[in-house]
Amino acid sequence: MIAVLLAQTIAVTGGTVYPVSGPKIANATVLIRDGKIAAVGTSVVVPSDATRIDAAGKWVTPGLIDGGGQMGLVEIGAVAGTRDGSLATDSVAASFNVAEGLNPASVLIPVTRIEGITTALAAPAGHLISGQAVLIDLEGATIEQMLVKSPVGLVANLSEAAKDEAGGSRAGVSARLRRLFRDALEYERRKADFNRAQMQPLAAAAPDLEALLPVLHGRLPLIANAERRSDIETALRLAKEFQLKLILAGAAEGWEIAGEIAAAGVPVLVQPLDNIPSYDSLGVRYENAALLAKAGVKVVLLETDTHNARNLRQQAGNAVSYGMSWDQALRAVTLSPSEVFGVADRYGSLEPGKVANVVVWSGDPFEFTTEVDHVIIRGKEVPLRSRQTELFQRYKTLPPKY
Amino acid sequence: MRNPVYLLVALGIGCASAGARRTETANPAARPPASVSQAAAESASVDRAQYPSTYRRHPNPPVLIRNATVMTAAGQEIRNGSIVLQDGRIVAVGEKVDAPAGAVVVDGTGKYLTPGLIDDHSHLGVYAAPGTDAESDGNEATNPITAEVWAEHSFWPQDPQIPLAIAGGITTIQALPGSANLIGGRSAILKLIPARTVQEMKFPGARYGLKMACGENPKRVYGRRGGPSTRMGNMAGYRSAFSQAEAYRRKWDSWNKDKKGDPPERNLRLETLAEVLRGNIYVQNHCYRADEMAQMVDLAHEFGFKIRSFHHAVESYKIADLLAKEGTSVSVWADWWGFKEEAMDGIQQNAALNQQAGGRPLIHSDSPSGIQRLNQEAAKAMYAGQRAGIPITRDQALRWITVNPAWTLGLDSIVGTLEPGKMADVVVWSGDPFSVYTKAVQVYNEGWLVYDRNDPAHQPRTDFELGQVPAAGSDR
Repeated sequence: MIAVLLAQTIAVTGGTVYPVSGPKIANATVLIRDGKIAAVGTSVVVPSDATRIDAAGKWVTPGLIDGGGQMGLVEIGAVAGTRDGSLATDSVAASFNVAEGLNPASVLIPVTRIEGITTALAAPAGHLISGQAVLIDLEGATIEQMLVKSPVGLVANLSEAAKDEAGGSRAGVSARLRRLFRDALEYERRKADFNRAQMQPLAAAAPDLEALLPVLHGRLPLIANAERRSDIETALRLAKEFQLKLILAGAAEGWEIAGEIAAAGVPVLVQPLDNIPSYDSLGVRYENAALLAKAGVKVVLLETDTHNARNLRQQAGNAVSYGMSWDQALRAVTLSPSEVFGVADRYGSLEPGKVANVVVWSGDPFEFTTEVDHVIIRGKEVPLRSRQTELFQRYKTLPPKY
Repeated sequence: MRNPVYLLVALGIGCASAGARRTETANPAARPPASVSQAAAESASVDRAQYPSTYRRHPNPPVLIRNATVMTAAGQEIRNGSIVLQDGRIVAVGEKVDAPAGAVVVDGTGKYLTPGLIDDHSHLGVYAAPGTDAESDGNEATNPITAEVWAEHSFWPQDPQIPLAIAGGITTIQALPGSANLIGGRSAILKLIPARTVQEMKFPGARYGLKMACGENPKRVYGRRGGPSTRMGNMAGYRSAFSQAEAYRRKWDSWNKDKKGDPPERNLRLETLAEVLRGNIYVQNHCYRADEMAQMVDLAHEFGFKIRSFHHAVESYKIADLLAKEGTSVSVWADWWGFKEEAMDGIQQNAALNQQAGGRPLIHSDSPSGIQRLNQEAAKAMYAGQRAGIPITRDQALRWITVNPAWTLGLDSIVGTLEPGKMADVVVWSGDPFSVYTKAVQVYNEGWLVYDRNDPAHQPRTDFELGQVPAAGSDR
């Protein structure tokens, strides 16, 4: 802990730097001081007390950000006692913020960050309104230290899965959401009446209605899971009706109405390697991310398998393979998620003043040949160790030495 | 049902269980065609004539692919190489080859060639898309021992996941029952081609396999349904089944000698197990933990059969020496871990460590998504090994997705390498197959161009997709 607090100066020198906010810079230095990026460029003066990281021949990028998953909220998928990402009791869990369910000691965190992913969404799951998602850095001994922003959005479900929470029809889902939104606004207008118990029963408990208000006033995004084209259109319609700041998630058939989504100015969280059709997403295809980006939609790429969030790199590489430009893909795992989650003033690019989440790669971050040489989170280099590297060390020669 | 923001993981991934949609099972029973008649002679219950393969090679003109990098999976990587496919066979491979008259010439400049990829652990067709209960046909989760069921009887050839896997360069699969049961049933070894019936896909001469499962899944499924509810209960269940099969086999073998009197009564469950004891069916064993795999090796010794492959085997690196000595292959993922307790110790160097120990690792998918990029999964596992100081070669990594799974299915003399005489199962890649940016551009299955990324006439679509799923590159 003390190490985190110590003022540190690190100079990453001689690498090809991809600031994301601007074009790549050959043979450049990234200077890091007190957890922040102090300077980026080819004529940066390296202070004598700086710890130098020689990045000659290497690529230097911002730490990657996974815009999906449940990092810190799940340890072992099939062991319920280790899962904290879903509130079982309530189909409208708007007031459920996952932050205090986070486990800073999760073994998934080192496994993930040593592959260059330094920040991740931790999102609640299930129900009609799942709760509030937070953004975390993959470093820190306490929840407070990990949190980048809480909340970053309220997660709602407009996919097939939500029907069970609304009588079994998609039309029931949207009707229920409308009633919730209206009741929340009504609750706000008549809080005094509500407190005197002089109102009809409302569509959710008071804390949940209260938690909807930032969304209804456009201060907090609604992250809406929607796959089928018609469900995406319903999400867009609701956003228009209630003037919501909408983020679409999944959006398997989004490519079919990419122009419409772009015109609405709605960003989309996409997992590129999805193409298995279901009745909720018959049009799902690998080109989704590329087609959305081409239409002008702000795209954020995801790896939703929390245990393998490290495969965000593979997801991005495949997005390129299926039509995104490489620059678009890098932006979609750095600066775009920062913008969509409202932290672009601090995250997502290598610019002076931003939080120093920096990765030094042996080459293209999306390519399998590439290895991670250095990971810096909040200005501190993290050791490239995890429970998995320890298992490897134990068993690399047999029999193991216990 | 997918959910983008979070992972709907938990029970599903990785061969799961009755409740979960995914299951695994494995039942490899393939042998070279030459030995089929012999098998029939030694047993009345394998390859019953009433359940034939009706697979027929698709007639094609000869094909010459030239000026490509040819990765043979037999030790060589030939720059500026060529290959000739004729009558369903590879007839020439090398820097200079003679092309028959009338051959279709494919310019392979900048391209790479590999053998068709083989996935020895798939649930295509038995857990078909669109993933409703109506197509959930992979686990006969009504009894912990269901050796009598055959995956081919669940397999739906119109599963829209099939063309997706073909486009990923897959030419042969083992379709397995799930892992809910201790003994899940027979697998189907299939040529991955468009077809109306599973019989048209059955790899000619391939033997059946038997799917068995260790660990958490059977316990979870049967724990409150009469058992087994413990790992020791699992073990007792297999032993009990095989000891009955031993008696059954003795009875039939004795009657087969002179065929005097009434034949013994047939028992479909024991019939399959007896074939395992006779060595005619290969055991494909879902097993995660090292200690459990060691138990299963003992069990196989007790009853005198071989376990052909441990599937998933996330802890196989801990006993790689034992498994190499036993001659059992390990069918593993590149990096899946953590979705359940017995998967917590998965590491990325698993395949490489087994290779280092002299074992026979291979990369399997157990996933309709992962099967579309086995080459990428092999690449991850190869580079993870190299980075850790284990000198895995490109040829070895290619074998993880070609001839090693072919061996697991007993088909390595027929498919899995680019060598003259082998079946003309060939993938043309847009570049190095171990790059994330590379895609299969052409797939030949016994010489038949079943997929061409640049020609819609060679992009098969299932009945399911027609009028319902937009074609690649088009709107609806």
